[in-house]
Amino acid sequence: MASWPILSFATFLPLVGVALILLFCRGNSPDVLRNVRYISLWTTLVTFVLTLLVWANFDPRNPGYQMVEKAGWIPEFGINYHMGVDGISVLFVVLSGFLMPLCILASWESVQVRLKEYMIAFLALETLMIGMFCALDFVLFYMFFEGVLIPMFLIIGVWGGPRRVYAAFKFFLYTLLGSVLMLLAILAMYYVAGTTDIPTITATQFPRSMQLWLWLAFFASFAVKVPMWPVHTWLPDAHVEAPTAGSVILAGVLLKMGGYGFLRFNIPILPEATEYFAPLIYTLSVVAVIYTSLVALAQEDMKKLIAYSSVAHMGFVTIGMFALNQQGIEGSVFQMLSHGVVSGALFLCVGVVYDRLHTREIARYGGLVKNMPKYAVVFLFMTMASVGLPGTAGFVGEFLVLMGVFRDNTWVAALAATGMVLGAAYALWLYRRVVYGKLTKPDVKAMFDMTPREIAVFVPLIAVVLWMGVYPSSFLNVTSASVEQLIQTYQTKLAASHAASGVSVAAR
Amino acid sequence: MTAVFPDIWPALPEIFLALSGVALLMLGVFRGDGFTRPVSYLAIVCMLLAAVLAMGYGSGRVVTFNGMFVMDAFGVFMKVLVLVSAAFAVILSLGFNEREQMARFEFPVLMIFATLGMLMMISANDFISLYVGLETQSLALYVIAAFRRDSGKSSEAGLKYFVLGSLSSGMLLYGASLVYGFAGTTSFDKVAALFAGGAHVSPGLVIGLVFVMAGLAFKVSAAPFHMWTPDVYEGAPTPVTAFFAAAPKVAAIALLTRVVMEPFGHLAAQWHQVLVATAILSMVIGSFVAIMQTNIKRLMAYSSIGHVGYALVGLTTGTQDGVRGVLIYMALYIAMNIGAFAVILSMKAKGQMLEEIKDFAGLSKTNPMLAATMAIFMFSMAGIPPMAGFFGKLYVFLAAIAAQEYTLAVVGVLTSVVGAFYYLRIIKIMYFDEPVVVVDKVDDDGMTGVLVLTSLFTLLFFVAPAPILNGAAAAAAALFAG
Repeated sequence: MASWPILSFATFLPLVGVALILLFCRGNSPDVLRNVRYISLWTTLVTFVLTLLVWANFDPRNPGYQMVEKAGWIPEFGINYHMGVDGISVLFVVLSGFLMPLCILASWESVQVRLKEYMIAFLALETLMIGMFCALDFVLFYMFFEGVLIPMFLIIGVWGGPRRVYAAFKFFLYTLLGSVLMLLAILAMYYVAGTTDIPTITATQFPRSMQLWLWLAFFASFAVKVPMWPVHTWLPDAHVEAPTAGSVILAGVLLKMGGYGFLRFNIPILPEATEYFAPLIYTLSVVAVIYTSLVALAQEDMKKLIAYSSVAHMGFVTIGMFALNQQGIEGSVFQMLSHGVVSGALFLCVGVVYDRLHTREIARYGGLVKNMPKYAVVFLFMTMASVGLPGTAGFVGEFLVLMGVFRDNTWVAALAATGMVLGAAYALWLYRRVVYGKLTKPDVKAMFDMTPREIAVFVPLIAVVLWMGVYPSSFLNVTSASVEQLIQTYQTKLAASHAASGVSVAAR
Repeated sequence: MTAVFPDIWPALPEIFLALSGVALLMLGVFRGDGFTRPVSYLAIVCMLLAAVLAMGYGSGRVVTFNGMFVMDAFGVFMKVLVLVSAAFAVILSLGFNEREQMARFEFPVLMIFATLGMLMMISANDFISLYVGLETQSLALYVIAAFRRDSGKSSEAGLKYFVLGSLSSGMLLYGASLVYGFAGTTSFDKVAALFAGGAHVSPGLVIGLVFVMAGLAFKVSAAPFHMWTPDVYEGAPTPVTAFFAAAPKVAAIALLTRVVMEPFGHLAAQWHQVLVATAILSMVIGSFVAIMQTNIKRLMAYSSIGHVGYALVGLTTGTQDGVRGVLIYMALYIAMNIGAFAVILSMKAKGQMLEEIKDFAGLSKTNPMLAATMAIFMFSMAGIPPMAGFFGKLYVFLAAIAAQEYTLAVVGVLTSVVGAFYYLRIIKIMYFDEPVVVVDKVDDDGMTGVLVLTSLFTLLFFVAPAPILNGAAAAAAALFAG
């Protein structure tokens, strides 16, 4: 095992890149800007290697936290710097590390104004994302969780589209509103447990009446983040206005923070409330899957369509999670990972044509297969992955989720399955309108096919999507032990409290 | 007993500051206005020395001057805060006063005397010494609010502050006399002892208590006694505003804390609702009304009203955790507030001060460092981690949750989201909008130093928060030990 603090290195390495940019890159000459790009790329690549090392060091048979680091931070207040990963979080760390270099590459030429600040914002974002998935202390977690808002607000607001100010504010305030309620819940737990250590709090039993309120407070934060219907409306705006790389990170990682939060906090810490509120999650998720798929059908804007598809796909994630069995939860973790890669790739696909024509309106395109055959192949592949074609990443996750939920509630499974059909409809229709048809518009005719740099962005994505689809075991093995333990914790605590309430009823 | 010379050592910082104030006044009188800079530098040194003297005081509670004056860890913490923020305010005033032709040596001297009054307030252990401290502070503040005597706005601000300030002092005095009438003593210790025995609380005394609290609410500019704040903040010269928003506020909060915790600690049931109402009103007014402001100083006024509301949330609980939260909040608030005013004072185009929010447009392009600094302060004030402001809110709300003040906590976090909106608006104007005016470079070394110090403190507080948190915890414990 690594004896050096590998998680801290992976978390804070991007900040070294920030420091390098701030110290050595002065002025705005082309050379300096090139250096800024290369520093960012190398920093993110090295961070990615570190996250891979984390994965390599990870022992999949051990369900507990690994590579744990603990240091006194505010020890008098029971707050410590505590990092560690388990089977649920480790792959998200890798996902964050994987997407970031691609984002830097995708922004290579499309970002020309204030490049330095752009790269600094992305590097800071990477630190916050990786830190969030590793944090094992509530205050630390909350700092990373909320801190993400700052760079993302600036990324949307400075480099975004025409309605960027509105989108940035909506994103920030929506998320903040949810998070501050979670902060109160964290404080209430802190007060009861006397510490903010997440493993300790996970082992604490909270009284049922308290659990319900705490659960709702966490729900307020994570439901906005996931996002669940009806608090999803910030997402289409934020996605449409954000620059391409911003959308990739937003869909690829930030949405997963919500799902991760449910898995890490709501289910193991508040099992009774989870049992009580599971029907609510089912209902909202089923509505999300069907309603947002229908809304996606009606979209005129490519990014908006993919944004709504994200809401639908994340609906599957929450359904699977609250089935509370092995297949459901593993499926939802897998679905989050695959959605992270696939939706990120789809936003990059939009970015490719957006860089050329500077519009996202679907009707402005058509017939791209003639002059952009490579692009047509890549886009088709990613569309299929999004639809859930067997052999791609999307299939495994959705299949496991449906299987898990079928064991719990057949109706929910049936309704969610209609979402898959609708998903095929809007995704294929988008593809048909953009890529097929007659190539009539002169400016579309003038578009050139993908450059080697763009191909370099997509090759790893395609490889990962295939790998996840063909051999999912390499990912599922990592998660299964921790998920098993999660379910066990959930059931033991639930049984204990049921027994306790049974006793108290009997005593009466 | 009357013949015994009182123990003066607990009051050493005050005595030192008073003597140095007099000495600097004489120095100024003899050397004239040309000597303003040296007098200012000396004033800063004296304030910092007084802070060192205060820190040199050990732990434990000492009462002297026949029980009029108390010194404890709580006092040390607050005095250091007041002195440091006053010293920063003098640094901020240097360049501005010279540019605006108001560099007179009386300015730093008056600030010393105001600070002296604040130290007295913090250590007051009797309604008489409370009033003496309060008036020493207020009289000096009235004058410096109107220091730019040829400006109509500044004179108006001074006059407004004077009239409303006297009104509040009158209310406080009236309340104190009622308390004296019904409790038979002005000493905090004796009042506390009276109610510790479970004495009957007469309505007259409660009315007195409410009047005292109203007077103090005026001084901390908590709603509904906040009306003077925006006008005075806007009209007063900007360094004076920076000073108003920092040191006097800390002193008044300290005084309020001591008054409700020590003499009236056993009457929590009586003052609890008053504080809840004030806290909620302050948070709501501070966040909603600030949205409409176009002048940055008025915005900061409403922001300070809101911040006082959050601090009062901690006080409302009446617990040790709550007081700790208040102390942490005030310490962090001071840092970001002084920093934000340093930015405002650096905002000038061709030597002209800029005070409109729209003047910040595109600052990130014309002066990226200044914009980044301001962004740090704004995110911090909005309470977004990892900035310092987050920790302030964290401990205040923790106390509220622990005391089961759920309504207060929920209102608090919701208004902080509204507050985030207007802080974000400034960031939006700086980062998303195109520049209209080109802001001058910051050419004042003192100003640069303040900007760097406060912004680094605010940004990196999370790295080593323990010293301030533990200091605040010890100070809060001292208040409850006595």
